[in-house]
Amino acid sequence: MMLLTCPWCGPRNETEFHYGGQAHVAYPERPADLTDEEWAEFLFFRDNTRGPFAERWAHSVGCRRWFNAVRDTRTYEVLAVYRPGDPRPALGDAVPAPTPAP
Amino acid sequence: MAETSTLRRSPLSHLHDRMIAASVTGDRAVSVTETPFLAQVSLRVEPGTAAAARLGTVLGGALPDGVGRTMTAGTLGVAWLGPDELLVVAQADPQSLTAALSEALGSDRGAVVDVSANRTVLELSGPGARSVLEKGCPVDLHPRAFGPGVAVTTTLGPVPLLLWQTAPATYRLLPRTSFADYVARWLVDAMTELGSPEVP
Repeated sequence: MMLLTCPWCGPRNETEFHYGGQAHVAYPERPADLTDEEWAEFLFFRDNTRGPFAERWAHSVGCRRWFNAVRDTRTYEVLAVYRPGDPRPALGDAVPAPTPAP
Repeated sequence: MAETSTLRRSPLSHLHDRMIAASVTGDRAVSVTETPFLAQVSLRVEPGTAAAARLGTVLGGALPDGVGRTMTAGTLGVAWLGPDELLVVAQADPQSLTAALSEALGSDRGAVVDVSANRTVLELSGPGARSVLEKGCPVDLHPRAFGPGVAVTTTLGPVPLLLWQTAPATYRLLPRTSFADYVARWLVDAMTELGSPEVP
């Protein structure tokens, strides 16, 4: 079980939240100008990060607000929690996968 | 118009007998009752604004300003639900309460909505009340973290509800009406164990 710290309600059980996918995916400025491929990329393609990953969460049974969290996808450790609109804290980038032993 | 209030049935009227029969006495006494038909008004207002202050004046105190906080004035209580969302629960006429609050809000940004039928109020009280809730509530209910005057929205079992501690051994539970039947049966089931001696 994971404890997530809602920016408004403090630490709560993971079961009170809903996951909202990758954060900071900007809506295209002129969606009508995109090709089908670019539009599909915006809609469906997301990073598959190894390491710190910024993602959206909703505190759905609590204050019902959305917020962002940076979570290490290797350890599930939540490194930072911040309100929507705030910039992503600098907490390092994806970690390259280790090369398999020969 | 025909008098319809006599036809009104509370969401748990069919379980009142079951809830009374489930009362537990002894060291870990606990009982559950429904307090039906309380007026409930949802308030949306930006905290710290003049509109929030005016609403506070109508309600009889400063609006709660953070998670868990509540304000009580007589039989009226206000719980914090979100950064700009509050719930008023009162023994009052919902229409006149909503009208008074709407007038206080005026044309400022916000909302005052009568949601009296949205939730029903269950009161769980007795020395064993905390043990009952701890069977299915993820919030820390130990007195070091929770106490009278604290209200949080959380879950009991799978049901989202507002949990409000009103006295050292009394909790108010406000599940949505459609979940109330489940919550009442869940509580009756969870209380049964407390009638037997505690297994060390």
